[in-house]
Amino acid sequence: MAKHKMPGSRIVIETLIEQGVTDVFGYPGGQVLNIYDELYKASDRINHYLAAHEQGAAHAADGYARATGKVGVVIATSGPGATNLVTGIATAMLDSIPMVAITGNVPTSLIGKDSFQEINITGVTLPITKHNYFVSNVKDLADTIREAFQIAKSGRPGPVLIDIPKDVQIAEYDFECEGVIEPYPQKKADDKEIDAAVDLINKAQKPYIYIGGGVITAGLSKKIKELAEKIDGYIGCTLMGLSAIENSYERFLGMQGMHGQYESSMANKEADLVIGIGVRFSDRATGNVKKYSKNAKVIQLDTDLSEINKNIKADVGIVGKISCALSKIIEKCDKQKHAEWKKTIDDLRAESKKISKKVNVVKSDKIGPKQVFDVINKIKDNDTVVATDVGQHQMWAAQFTSFEKPRTFVSSGGLGTMGYGLGAAIGAAVGSKKRAILVTGDGSFGMNLNELATAVTYNIPVVIVIINNGVLGMVRQWQTLFYGKRYSNTVLGRKTDFVKLADAFGLKGERVTTVQEFEKAFGNAYKANAPYIIDTVIDMDEFVLPMLPPGGSIEDIITSKEEATK
Amino acid sequence: MKRFVIAALVENKYGVLTRVAGLFMRKGFNIDSLTVGETEDSSFSRITITLRGDDNDKDQLISQLRKLHNVTYVKHIDEKNSVERELILIKVKNTVQNRSEIMAITEIYRAKIVDYNPKTICVVMTGKPSKINAFIEILRPLGIVELCRTGVVAIERNKAIYNV
Repeated sequence: MAKHKMPGSRIVIETLIEQGVTDVFGYPGGQVLNIYDELYKASDRINHYLAAHEQGAAHAADGYARATGKVGVVIATSGPGATNLVTGIATAMLDSIPMVAITGNVPTSLIGKDSFQEINITGVTLPITKHNYFVSNVKDLADTIREAFQIAKSGRPGPVLIDIPKDVQIAEYDFECEGVIEPYPQKKADDKEIDAAVDLINKAQKPYIYIGGGVITAGLSKKIKELAEKIDGYIGCTLMGLSAIENSYERFLGMQGMHGQYESSMANKEADLVIGIGVRFSDRATGNVKKYSKNAKVIQLDTDLSEINKNIKADVGIVGKISCALSKIIEKCDKQKHAEWKKTIDDLRAESKKISKKVNVVKSDKIGPKQVFDVINKIKDNDTVVATDVGQHQMWAAQFTSFEKPRTFVSSGGLGTMGYGLGAAIGAAVGSKKRAILVTGDGSFGMNLNELATAVTYNIPVVIVIINNGVLGMVRQWQTLFYGKRYSNTVLGRKTDFVKLADAFGLKGERVTTVQEFEKAFGNAYKANAPYIIDTVIDMDEFVLPMLPPGGSIEDIITSKEEATK
Repeated sequence: MKRFVIAALVENKYGVLTRVAGLFMRKGFNIDSLTVGETEDSSFSRITITLRGDDNDKDQLISQLRKLHNVTYVKHIDEKNSVERELILIKVKNTVQNRSEIMAITEIYRAKIVDYNPKTICVVMTGKPSKINAFIEILRPLGIVELCRTGVVAIERNKAIYNV
């Protein structure tokens, strides 16, 4: 394609198309009118999904990126449009999700004058973006957008914001289509470190492989299993690492940490070697860092140098292209057999079964949380995305959903954004071109339920399971355990009728209270090629267990509400 | 707590100093001084940071800085193998009693009087931060009116930081 003179607004759209973007989410406004005008003209080449609120659009771009591995794109106008993106961008930042956010701004002549709907969004988003740009000259526009995509998807991905004043959108410049930009090359890991890691692995008797979201980003699922098999190790994960390894895999112990599986947290404690891959040893996963793995050697592999030794001290830190480093480690280390370790794990699993029996007793005639997921697991396909909001339902989803393929779990891990789920599920459904399941709570859902309008308008098949306990369950759980049962502002007592709400927004909805009703409703919803709400009423006193109290460790595990509040 | 001098080469682009300063704020680093100025190549600036902390803080600061997109090189400047300087401008009360003492101190410290008026004497001096600190303390009893210092700049002997 030869050079063409065109306005900046068209350069934006042409560069997006050049970078392989097929779907964008957003909301128009005064300072992006020109960009929306070009979207209109290019509607046969790029789809725009109009959200109900810019925050929903940002979460949709994020969910799209998580489900597909592509860069999610969101567009918003200046001022409030841009600030409404903030929570969405921060959510993507904390979970290292590739996203490009494009905002309009007032013309450069009005910048700094507190003009109508003017905000310094590059200043606002500085700490929550991997990088951001203010484009002051149309000459730089195309290359800035290309570089933004490059930064967003390179190494440890993240969100990048591009702020484009209106006069730059109007000004004309030559545009020539280029290819999709490649990520920056990652440096090769140091061979000395790899040898040091191999040495520790060969000496270990009880190796535990601890994986996080980085494993999904880098597509390392197969290699992790190879490693586990060669060194006779077991695998645990963080919330962000869920779905990297299929739940049915025999060496997979599940999520560890605050609400993790007993056997996974315990295996981490018992291990004499922890191999952390694409994890940042967050406080929710490690508990008290002073007690964390104090008897074990730690090997940490990450593409981000600053993660090594950030939260815990690693004996060996390997930085660079992890897939290559892992291949070398697998090749160099001895084939091992640890019969005693296997026995320990078997014992832990038996103990965990006992705990889970105790924890998951259905206490009322209402459906219990685990039963919800038993039904979902029975009906859903292996590649269906399960998105969540934040709270008790999120932890139940993490504990009970059976994941069989990477990128099928979409949840706000680092920032813990209530109100994330509906937008994200819409994005995931658009990206995967399949129905998605949203598991949410009545609290979280109330935050951004306006996006129901989006799901209905575009007929995006999202099965919305509201686990409705009438309370802000997770906060209430902490109040029960640590605040003397003083339920300050967590009993909602709302009169919201989610079935009528569904009707008002133009989708189907039903209310269920028993397993049988839920199974029937979920079966119908899953088959319907349209959004669908299932208001699933559970008891308000259901707890997420086991639980390691904040700042505690596995010794402080809580397995019963009654014992903990005695 | 140790003291570290770290030098960074950054592209002269929109908001780069804000990015660097913002990083220190949100990661809670303990910064003594930060200086910035253009280099031999006008498209780059050099930032010199003095940090107080342990080795882990130093490593974290370096690796966090390297993540910033407009930061090209970052290096810990080894004290033994480098030259470190700071500049101070200090204004002292000009009285009959202290006039000759100020001049004597200026002489001893190889400083220079750059302004002299009936009310104040202004002195400039360069040196390591420790010498600057000593200079301030020796002048303090004579009545400091105002002072400003640049913060540390440092450069390694022999090689450039980007030839590592």
